[in-house]
Amino acid sequence: MFDGYTASELVSIFVMQGFAGLILFSVFLLMALGLAIIFGQMGVINMAHGEFMILGAYMTYLTSHVFKGAFPGIYGAYFLVAIVVAALAGAALGWLLEWALIRHLYHRPLDTLLATWGVSMILQQIYRSIFGAREVGVELPDWLMGAFHLSDTIELPVNGVFVFALTAAISTIILFMMFRSRWGLQVRAVVQNRPMAGAAGINGTRVDRMTFALGCGVASIAGAAFTMIGSTGPTAGQLYIVDTFLVVVFGGAQSLFGTIASAFSISQSQSSLEFFMSGSMAKVFTLLTVVGILLLRPQGLFVLKMRK
Amino acid sequence: MTIRYSAGSRLTKAWKRFLGAAVIGGAAFTPIPALAGPALPTSQVNTTGLAVTDDTVTVGIMHSVTGTMAISETGSVQAEKLAIDQINAMGGVLGRKIKFIQEDGASDWPTFAEKSKKLLEKDKVAAVFGCWTSASRKAVLPVFEKDNGLLYYPTFYEGLEESPNVYYTGQEATQQILAGIDWVVKEKGAKTFYLLGSDYIWPRTSNKIARKHIEKNGLKVVGEEYFPLGHTQFNSVINKIKLKKPDVIYAIIVGGSNVAFYKQLKAAGIDLNKQTLLTISVTEDEIRGIGGENIVGAYAAMKYFQSLDNPNNKAFVKAFKDKWGQDIVIGDVTQAAYLGAWLWKAAVEKAQSFDVDKVRAASTGIELTTAPEGYVRIHKNHHLWSKTRIGRARADGQYDVIYETKDLMEPDPFPKGYQ
Repeated sequence: MFDGYTASELVSIFVMQGFAGLILFSVFLLMALGLAIIFGQMGVINMAHGEFMILGAYMTYLTSHVFKGAFPGIYGAYFLVAIVVAALAGAALGWLLEWALIRHLYHRPLDTLLATWGVSMILQQIYRSIFGAREVGVELPDWLMGAFHLSDTIELPVNGVFVFALTAAISTIILFMMFRSRWGLQVRAVVQNRPMAGAAGINGTRVDRMTFALGCGVASIAGAAFTMIGSTGPTAGQLYIVDTFLVVVFGGAQSLFGTIASAFSISQSQSSLEFFMSGSMAKVFTLLTVVGILLLRPQGLFVLKMRK
Repeated sequence: MTIRYSAGSRLTKAWKRFLGAAVIGGAAFTPIPALAGPALPTSQVNTTGLAVTDDTVTVGIMHSVTGTMAISETGSVQAEKLAIDQINAMGGVLGRKIKFIQEDGASDWPTFAEKSKKLLEKDKVAAVFGCWTSASRKAVLPVFEKDNGLLYYPTFYEGLEESPNVYYTGQEATQQILAGIDWVVKEKGAKTFYLLGSDYIWPRTSNKIARKHIEKNGLKVVGEEYFPLGHTQFNSVINKIKLKKPDVIYAIIVGGSNVAFYKQLKAAGIDLNKQTLLTISVTEDEIRGIGGENIVGAYAAMKYFQSLDNPNNKAFVKAFKDKWGQDIVIGDVTQAAYLGAWLWKAAVEKAQSFDVDKVRAASTGIELTTAPEGYVRIHKNHHLWSKTRIGRARADGQYDVIYETKDLMEPDPFPKGYQ
């Protein structure tokens, strides 16, 4: 397995693989956060999650064009603006969707699966009509390209580090909102017991709408960030949906810490296995392990303790 | 007898302007059917009940315009419609204008089978231009063989097939692989190869042929890996590549994965101007998604590049852009799709009949000197003799053609010693 590598090469392998795993971890976490909020906290199985991500990617594409035309001098900064634009667009569409569709389905969680699946197809076709069936190329600002050279053999991709930092920031903000803000308190109250929360004067409808919009906004941020590593096309969102659900379900749907732990364990096993076997087999082994653990712990890694 | 089309290059500039882009190349075709006296009676050119009238003939166009594959198949639809327009502008086929019925395979293989059944049995089309993935072709094959239809299939593919009812206008695997590897060995002195691919039949079969060819030359494959379709994380394999330091990365990654792969390769600091990378799966179409700046310097082995410098291609690119928009790009498969209608027309006119059996009998040896890729000829195994070319990706998303085989490569869908 390690034949033919020198000791210093082995050190580089472990360092670079460690970072590859960390980057994959931030990618998984970033794409799962939005779903963890919507699925975990509200119980809505949002099959259109991938399309919300791609909405963010298209917003990035548009922002880059606007900057190129209007402010070529500060083109490098467009990516940061694009993330904000993506978040707002995602949240706005999420808000609208919750009002038009999702709120009628809270009592039928399984139907949300079908309804949001339909939404995902509608969105795909809308993207196709507006942006064309072909993938669009999102040009990255120069400062996001290239790698940090830590030594001769150890290099870290800049955009990987950027995704990592972004994920850390977003996760911190969300955890803070959830556990330290009044709004988070209301969300958790509604999740635990809707009638009691209502009796305590919490406006459940408003909380739901905010939560859904936030989840969609975070998904769009993820999509904006992923223009750095993936493709932007009408159906590209489908590439992420399986991994996203995997991370959220494996972590225990209602626990944000579970999502973090699960993203970490899945990404680490995936990236180290990938080094020793082919990409397809690594995926198979990761999935088998997850299925095995879910058989033993159907609730996922972390469970929210509450009185039934 | 072979039918020869002479290239439009002989026409004067003024004539070209007069005739306009719509009749590219074929303008010098003789005899122009419409002027060659009265068209043959329908009863004579159509004895099997196809949709042929005294002044029209109906064909089918069958690609995915919705779903995942729409990204790839759109170009083929555009090329086929352009070819039909141009043929009609010069009088049609045997004096009959081509009408087409377009069906959407919707990226779903059973739908392809169902639509081809409809085209052949209900619409009685004389020929179908369609399919893109091997899976869709395999799905429609039984229908075409049962109803004795005629399919012109545009995509480069893994080979291992030779149906009497299909003409393969793209390359089979050896036509894309062997010359490319020979070139990289000769020009770059490559000794070690790292093979990559998406995990399905085309990349696996192709890499198998590539590996056999590499090892036959006494060279070494230092790694071979496959990734699920849609895979977006390549950091681990990129680390492996960095450590193994292969002379050549041989990549057959497709679809959205492509974009992720090249972006991450660049981000990891692998400069394709220094690290040789040869691909057979990235056309100008794919580069639009990948971004030229992410793949600049990579080599691709294809039979056609949009930048090919010959009069046929210049006229083709102009006509294509005039019809479908100036910022459009044309990839290898799009050109192959464009050939389909012309090859069919040439065979029908040689056979003086639309009957599938007669068209098939007439097809072997048909030449096209007006092909944008230069010159092609139908082999008796239903594939095309074509040249292999090597292109080097530029930052603007086009390729510089830096090499082409001296001779046409013989299509060999069942290569001995490579399976």
